[in-house]
Amino acid sequence: MIRLEKRPQPSRAWSMATPLVAVLATMIFGGLLFAALGKPPVEAIRTIFWEPLFGEFSFYYRPQLLVKGAPLVLIAIGLSLGFRAGIWNIGAEGQYIMGAICGAGAGLAFYPAESFLIFPLMVVAGALGGWAWAMIPAVLKTRFGTNEILVSLMLVYVAEQFLASVSLGLLKNPEGFGFPGSRNLQAWDSAHNAELIAGTGMHWGVVAALIAVIFAYVLLNRHMTGYHIRLTGEAPRAARFAGVNPTRLVLFCLGTSGALAGLAGLFEVSGPSGQVSIDFNVGYGFTAIIVAFLGRLHPVGILLAGGLMALTYIGGDIAQSNLQLPAAAIQVFQGMLLFFLLAFDLLTNFRIAIGKPEVA
Amino acid sequence: MKLTNLLTSATVALGLAAGAAWAQDKTKVGFVYVGPVGDGGWTYEHDQGRKAVEAEFGDQVETVYVENVAEGPDAERVMTQMALEGADLIFTTSFGYMDPTINVAKKFPNVKFEHATGYKRADNVSTYSARFYEGRAVQGTIAGHMTESNIIGYIGSYPIPEVIRGINSAYIHAKKVNPDVQFKIVWAFTWFDPAKEADAAKVLIEQGADVILQHTDSTAPQAAAQNAGNVITFGQASDMAEYAPKPRVSSIIDDWAPYYIARTKAVMDGTWESVDTWDGIGAGMVGIGEISDAVPADVKEAALAIKDSIADGSYHPFTGPLKKQDGSDWLAEGETADDGTLAGMNFYVEGLEGDIPQ
Repeated sequence: MIRLEKRPQPSRAWSMATPLVAVLATMIFGGLLFAALGKPPVEAIRTIFWEPLFGEFSFYYRPQLLVKGAPLVLIAIGLSLGFRAGIWNIGAEGQYIMGAICGAGAGLAFYPAESFLIFPLMVVAGALGGWAWAMIPAVLKTRFGTNEILVSLMLVYVAEQFLASVSLGLLKNPEGFGFPGSRNLQAWDSAHNAELIAGTGMHWGVVAALIAVIFAYVLLNRHMTGYHIRLTGEAPRAARFAGVNPTRLVLFCLGTSGALAGLAGLFEVSGPSGQVSIDFNVGYGFTAIIVAFLGRLHPVGILLAGGLMALTYIGGDIAQSNLQLPAAAIQVFQGMLLFFLLAFDLLTNFRIAIGKPEVA
Repeated sequence: MKLTNLLTSATVALGLAAGAAWAQDKTKVGFVYVGPVGDGGWTYEHDQGRKAVEAEFGDQVETVYVENVAEGPDAERVMTQMALEGADLIFTTSFGYMDPTINVAKKFPNVKFEHATGYKRADNVSTYSARFYEGRAVQGTIAGHMTESNIIGYIGSYPIPEVIRGINSAYIHAKKVNPDVQFKIVWAFTWFDPAKEADAAKVLIEQGADVILQHTDSTAPQAAAQNAGNVITFGQASDMAEYAPKPRVSSIIDDWAPYYIARTKAVMDGTWESVDTWDGIGAGMVGIGEISDAVPADVKEAALAIKDSIADGSYHPFTGPLKKQDGSDWLAEGETADDGTLAGMNFYVEGLEGDIPQ
């Protein structure tokens, strides 16, 4: 008889190994899925994981990994702080949108002036926009005890309506022949979040993501606030006895994750995307939730998970084009990754035992 | 900075050369789609166009496509990837691909690009679009005759010129045959979202509409009308014939196949040039799906007469006298709208109620 037995201590080895095992299982079952669709499985897996990194055109794809991965990592780092303390910000997508709108709006107010002050101003406005949007669920939770999961999620849809509104009205390009969408910030030097070194994909958003990883690592391991976050997540009662102020913690965690999501939106709108438009948001805020868990809520883990996620996106598009894999199959493949991660997570806390339970 | 610039362009050039050498025997045509090929509407028809190119040229072409590509940096990456892999011609089939198309076209001067529904062109970027509003004139004529409640519901996607043109054209022609007709417009703010589209259709039907026109791509409004009973609809972008003869009484079909075949041929022959194409019923880019038996014979005849007069150029759907919604003059007696005004249309004609959302 096979049964699960609770481990006395969570297994450190399994905790580290789970993501790798999950990736392997995804490859195997994804391969079976592709084979069932009549596509060469090995070739498909190779295209997704190998082609962007070491293929013929990797000189182009490698920088794209940074472009795609940076917003994911930046948002996921913010989310992980709250998630560790049991504070669930599900609305990063909305904060990302509001950061982009506020940042781009602050910049466009000065169009077409050229000044080195414009971009820093936009960065501050972007962070504030995301922060303010996250403060709504934070204040409602601390004041009235509302559920931050619901409020933050619902505010995503409100933010989407805002985005449509400013794309069609307030921020619409006056020279755009009536079409929706703002001016393209890539064409305006003072506001353009250009590549710092051409051809590397390295823009300010990538730098910010790396700084956020280091900042989060130090915070969680060396700082009192980080200790309070971990304590609240692991032992809420003990945290209360230790004098952790839950209100301040909620405000801090939601505020920080909102500000980081807002920054991600700003760097995206002023750089790779260039434009505030109705369909500006592409789901980074939701994908970042997967990235945060895939990275075990650990800063370094999140960095790696963000890279892996970016890889499946870029490789997935290549596989679509070269092997004519349907987009839905790629999405199933990405979904499997989280599914297997959660499934194998069981082994961190339980072990598989064979035979009858011992009678004590 | 300079050196790395040089290096990148060198590597890009190398990649290009490799791609070109590989593709010498076959012409490679790429398609970038905003929705899934199975949406039954917009993307589906573009994919039919792609299949027509394959059927026409057989072994001489290779087509590739990527579906569900988000507008913005993802689109730019997918286009770059196709160009790197040796595509000779790339069709980018959504308005939001405009700036990405221009960006990528700059990096690959030898690859030809065709962007649907945009207004930015370059030496290697053409634009093309269909005069859907011509189909709306036919649709409005049928709708005006058929409505009994005199309320016509309209599901708008985004308030952009293309959609506003369609509303105006449908309204003008419905009003012409039925002076009491009233339009109720709901903005869905999406091109493809079956749930939202179904909700919009239900709201309109509850408000008394017995004709639903849609500028969104799914068949959900058709299903909602079918459930409601005495409501008629029109297929959008695709024929949606599975809902005929009722609720779907006719449709506006985008037929991209002739254009895609002609442009692919031009690349093969080396005669490709950057052009701005805006074709309608006459050139076959806009098709009117079969008018079903649910429509009385005299109405069908009137609709086909409008269709034929548009096709042969004797009638323009925007012919004066026409006023704008605010009562100011737009077109004098017998005057027709110029393409520039139509392309950027951001006002309702007189008689339509409500504001264009900002």
